[in-house]
Amino acid sequence: MSIEVRVPTILRSYTGGQKVVTGSGDTLAELLANLDAQYPGLRGRLVTEDGTLHKFVNIYVNDEDVRFLGALDAKLNDGDTVTVLPAVAGGAGNMSTAGGAGNMSTAGGAGNMSVAGGAGNMSAAGGAGNKIGASQTGVS
Amino acid sequence: MARFDSLLDACGGTPLVGLPRLSPSPEVRLWAKLEDRNPTGSIKDRAAVWMIRAAEEAGRLRPGDTILEPTSGNTGIALAMVAKLRGYRLVCVMPENVSAERTQLLRMYGAEIIFSPAAGGSNAAVKMARQIAEEHPDWVMLNQYANEANARAHYETTGPELLRDLPTITHFVAGLGTTGTLMGVGRYLREKVEGIEIIAAEPRYGELVYGLRNIDEGYVPELYDATVLTRRFSVGTRDAVLRTRQLVEVEGIFAGFSTGAILHAALAVAHQALKEGRRADVAFIVADGGWKYLSTGAYAGTLAEAESALEGQLWA
Repeated sequence: MSIEVRVPTILRSYTGGQKVVTGSGDTLAELLANLDAQYPGLRGRLVTEDGTLHKFVNIYVNDEDVRFLGALDAKLNDGDTVTVLPAVAGGAGNMSTAGGAGNMSTAGGAGNMSVAGGAGNMSAAGGAGNKIGASQTGVS
Repeated sequence: MARFDSLLDACGGTPLVGLPRLSPSPEVRLWAKLEDRNPTGSIKDRAAVWMIRAAEEAGRLRPGDTILEPTSGNTGIALAMVAKLRGYRLVCVMPENVSAERTQLLRMYGAEIIFSPAAGGSNAAVKMARQIAEEHPDWVMLNQYANEANARAHYETTGPELLRDLPTITHFVAGLGTTGTLMGVGRYLREKVEGIEIIAAEPRYGELVYGLRNIDEGYVPELYDATVLTRRFSVGTRDAVLRTRQLVEVEGIFAGFSTGAILHAALAVAHQALKEGRRADVAFIVADGGWKYLSTGAYAGTLAEAESALEGQLWA
């Protein structure tokens, strides 16, 4: 049983900078426990204290969102690919400039602005652009 | 009926066309809803018309008012057209390094543009828009991510059009951005069609786009309700480009890359139905045409070159 797990940039501090790690488990919950034993603290960034997936984390098994596959009970098979991504605003209607994280259109809402648009997400993203020469479009 | 009193009245009512060459079998059929046939060439015209009309009805917008929106994408272009025809001023805030096509399109429709520093990316534009909004409390921001009229446009128009044209529909596939299309069409079809599957295709961008400082800075649109969906796929740049090219090569439909991502998910569910021996009528959204993306160069060359051309861009 071997499952490839793709780790987003912001969580690679837990994996020694590795972009892809390998774990095992018959369910997502088992996989995350297995990973946490190898990379302590990683599970805590993905699962909340009440045992549910973090609101701003999306996990995909073979490109399908696990929240529609049983969430932490989602079944895994040998050879599956698991992708972890932070939730960002995207989709049609956003800027198509490099480095933008597409949060712009959320600025209209008074309440959500500090979450969506604020916090320097994009300056972090744009700044990384010049340094991470090897980063690719698409995680796969 | 193909005669309308004004361009705004011609919004929606888009064709649903079969894809006989891409459909896996006569029992498992794919159907494309051509939203590029809207007045400014994208599905966002529906949301723009409905959000502005709702603001008018709520008394938030009066003739001569100013709408402020930090976007240069399809929503900005749609809002610019509607604002022009309804007598509003539109101010868009965007980074100075946005593509020339976008700037030209917005100006052509009469929008005013305030540029924010390129170095700050979209974040700087949002910050600037917030400052401007504070200085002008009478200016109106519509916020498509939280604006209920965005989803209602699709509940009232896109959904009923789909069911009217394809009563045997079994699957609906659309892109997940503001989530307005999926929430509106999804709710409508769930009320009318037993067992309907509502499938989201979410663009998976390059790493730069996900370069948040930490998880807590993430964002889920206020409109999003996961219970409306049955499945949600993440589609990477390479698959989106591959399907976008396939759509024009095989069926003659020239679409933007978000449509390629949607088609990728539609083909996945279609082929699954075929494998399971179930009949299926899979309708999916063509969100816009490919014109605005030609300058990326991603329609030509190898897939790897296209992937690299779209590096760091929000292609959907």
